[in-house]
Amino acid sequence: MNEVAVENKNDLSVKTENEHPKNKQTFKKVLSKLGPLLALIILVAVLTLLSDKFLTINNLMNIASQSSINALLGIGMLLAILTAGIDLSVGAILAVSIMFMGIVTVKMGLNPIIGLIVCLAVGTGFGFLNGVLLTKLHLPHPFISTLGTQFIGRGIALIVTAAAPIAGFPLMIQFVGNQFVGPIPVSFLLVIVVYVIFHIFLTRTKTGRYIYAIGGNPEAARLSGINVDRVLLIVYSLSGLMAGLAGLVMVGRVNSAFPLAGLNYESDAIAAVIIGGASFFGGVGTVYGTLIGALTIAVLRNGLNLLNVSADSQMAVIGIVIIAAVYVDVLRQRRSKNKK
Amino acid sequence: MAAHTGCLLEMKGIKKSFHQNQVLKGIDLDVKAGEVHVLLGENGAGKSTLIKILTGAYQKDAGEIYWEGSIVHLDQPVDAMKLGIATIYQELNVIPELKVYENIFLGRELKRGGKISLLHHRAMRKEAERCLETLGQNPKLANEQLGKLGIGQQQLVEIAKAIALEAKLIIMDEPTSSLSAQEVEQLYKVVEELKKKGIAIIFISHRLEEIKYLGDRITILRDGFKIKTLPVKTTEPDYWIELMVGRTLDEKFPKHSFALGKEGFRVENFVVKGAKEPVNFSVRYGEIVGISGLVGAGRTELARAIFGVDSHKGGKVYIDGKEVRIKSPRDAIKAGIAFITEDRKSEGLLLDQPLDFNIGIANMDKFKRGIGLLDLKALRKEALNYVKELKIRPDNIELHSRNLSGGNQQKVVIAKWLCTRAKVFIFDEPTRGIDVGAKVEVYRLMNQLIANGSIVLMISSDLPEILGMCDRVLVMNEGKLTANLPIHEASQDKIMKAATGG
Repeated sequence: MNEVAVENKNDLSVKTENEHPKNKQTFKKVLSKLGPLLALIILVAVLTLLSDKFLTINNLMNIASQSSINALLGIGMLLAILTAGIDLSVGAILAVSIMFMGIVTVKMGLNPIIGLIVCLAVGTGFGFLNGVLLTKLHLPHPFISTLGTQFIGRGIALIVTAAAPIAGFPLMIQFVGNQFVGPIPVSFLLVIVVYVIFHIFLTRTKTGRYIYAIGGNPEAARLSGINVDRVLLIVYSLSGLMAGLAGLVMVGRVNSAFPLAGLNYESDAIAAVIIGGASFFGGVGTVYGTLIGALTIAVLRNGLNLLNVSADSQMAVIGIVIIAAVYVDVLRQRRSKNKK
Repeated sequence: MAAHTGCLLEMKGIKKSFHQNQVLKGIDLDVKAGEVHVLLGENGAGKSTLIKILTGAYQKDAGEIYWEGSIVHLDQPVDAMKLGIATIYQELNVIPELKVYENIFLGRELKRGGKISLLHHRAMRKEAERCLETLGQNPKLANEQLGKLGIGQQQLVEIAKAIALEAKLIIMDEPTSSLSAQEVEQLYKVVEELKKKGIAIIFISHRLEEIKYLGDRITILRDGFKIKTLPVKTTEPDYWIELMVGRTLDEKFPKHSFALGKEGFRVENFVVKGAKEPVNFSVRYGEIVGISGLVGAGRTELARAIFGVDSHKGGKVYIDGKEVRIKSPRDAIKAGIAFITEDRKSEGLLLDQPLDFNIGIANMDKFKRGIGLLDLKALRKEALNYVKELKIRPDNIELHSRNLSGGNQQKVVIAKWLCTRAKVFIFDEPTRGIDVGAKVEVYRLMNQLIANGSIVLMISSDLPEILGMCDRVLVMNEGKLTANLPIHEASQDKIMKAATGG
């Protein structure tokens, strides 16, 4: 009896060791945040070595300008992907938006401000339609609804002018796409402003946080009193709005609206989001990462051009980069999963 | 050859760290053929990590594993499988769309000879029938579609699969936690059958009665250490718990009695799906009301309908005598109702979000300032308060809730609802799958809620818990209330009788 009691006491004195992994954790956190940026820096370093034309103000501003359309589409795509969804219609929405803007400003000769509003409204409206299809018709996945609207949008863009392009936009509309403030393209400034707003939206507002919650666990979100349908409507409407905005930049750059504008742009936008570290399963991803993702693609395209790599081979290279970037992410997640 | 030990499995000095956090600090475990070896420990004691090392899912940092006397390396799950180690997880690994025998042979289908190698369905079915028969089951089960079976039978299919794989050691991780009373009985019989065949079983459970009934030896873990291995039959559960929590638990059910106040919550005319009669009941201030019944009696369905998750026709809810209209969880939260769901992971938590966000999610308005921006500092501060108050560990609010143990996850879910300043708390199986220490903390919290003037309803399948914590018990059967008993009139027999409709 006594013996048991003594032994028992010994047993009870076992204590947990105090761990202090905080320093290492913050370091790892910084590193994981740096992940996508690190890849971009390496890419920049390599291209600087390979081409003396790469690291010049002129070329960097070129890249900034080239990245802006994809960056705008990417930020909308980020929202959709954060909710574990996707928006395949952004390229088509871009085309519809600018075709209508062209009709209003060039063909009807109305005030450019009205044209601008029409462009953004058409984009937002199409996005809203995506949201309605998803939440009210209960289509199983936004892949389906946005694939449908992609075709619808492209079809409408072709129908409205019988497939003819519209050129000769007023200067005011071209401003965003082709003007500079000092050496910096206005379109890139627009991207910065939009990204800051979206960063605040996603991290500091109720709806923004709900977007993460819905992507992470829709059932828990609903049971926590979140109006999931409303949030999804906002998400797809915003994605549509961004497609309209990207259209505005595009019209400025080429001074024309054509029905096949933005063809396959959704692929680049998805790539930017994924390279930026967002998870396809929702709930994980940052505005900052998406910007890095969009810049990475732009740098890659630009660099391959400087190196005289043909457009065809560029496609293949970008494909490899996407797969490599996601694979690195898979490895990272697997490691962190193994850690728990 | 270490044949002198006579053990099927021996683990020696197993260590494992994640980051710098040592989870296993040198654990020994030996398992003999034909014994039921119970692993007992609080959530976070290291049970699951140890099991994952044994199944090859994790790699140990130090230590040795001997299998039938010789050293083995389990680098990946297939290594463990080849040795004859099978695991029945809480979440079953089955494919509902396939037939039972197809599930049993999933991944190693039998093929006919010849060049095209077509599947040999008849041979697989025959073999599956044989495995089911050795478990004392109806062999005809083999040809059923798996999804049509109950959870208990699906679990038996997993066990049959282990037998088909000629497993020598079967690990069962809380196998009875989601089974009905009859299914549990059946599982006990199957375990006896397995023992007779000389198959060893590592059995993880928090249910002490069941350990006492089934176990041969018990190994108690705490904070990554092995505390002791004891024979089950000659030692007392109270002693196990003492070893497990590192202190004596004064009482399993810290029941307080409060003065009974006026009626605070009333439910009228709720018709649970499939039932003919509506449910009516009310709860007064100062009492904990339990809802008992068998699995599938409609208790969770009732709670979901009250909370506005599922639609309902004509049901009315009154708080303090005033009707509140509830069409969605949002309405319910606004009305001051909290619903702590049964399934923490799939319905309660945002696993990949930090604790502060998990705690604040149901009441974000509270942190809204000025033009609608959230005051993240206030959110963190509030969350930290709850983390301290509820002793959530680790107390790092930046941690994602995925990384917490079950008991601590449950506390996070409770904190979420405390943060909404709810008045009515509906708990659905609040202590399922959490350890004894955390259970007591949950019970204390219920006392505190009552003391602070909240209404507490607890759905539970655990009869001792109902009898130990509630002041009144409602019993449901097939969607209707069959008993409403003050606790001093209630007994296990009476409740079971009402629960079975007898």
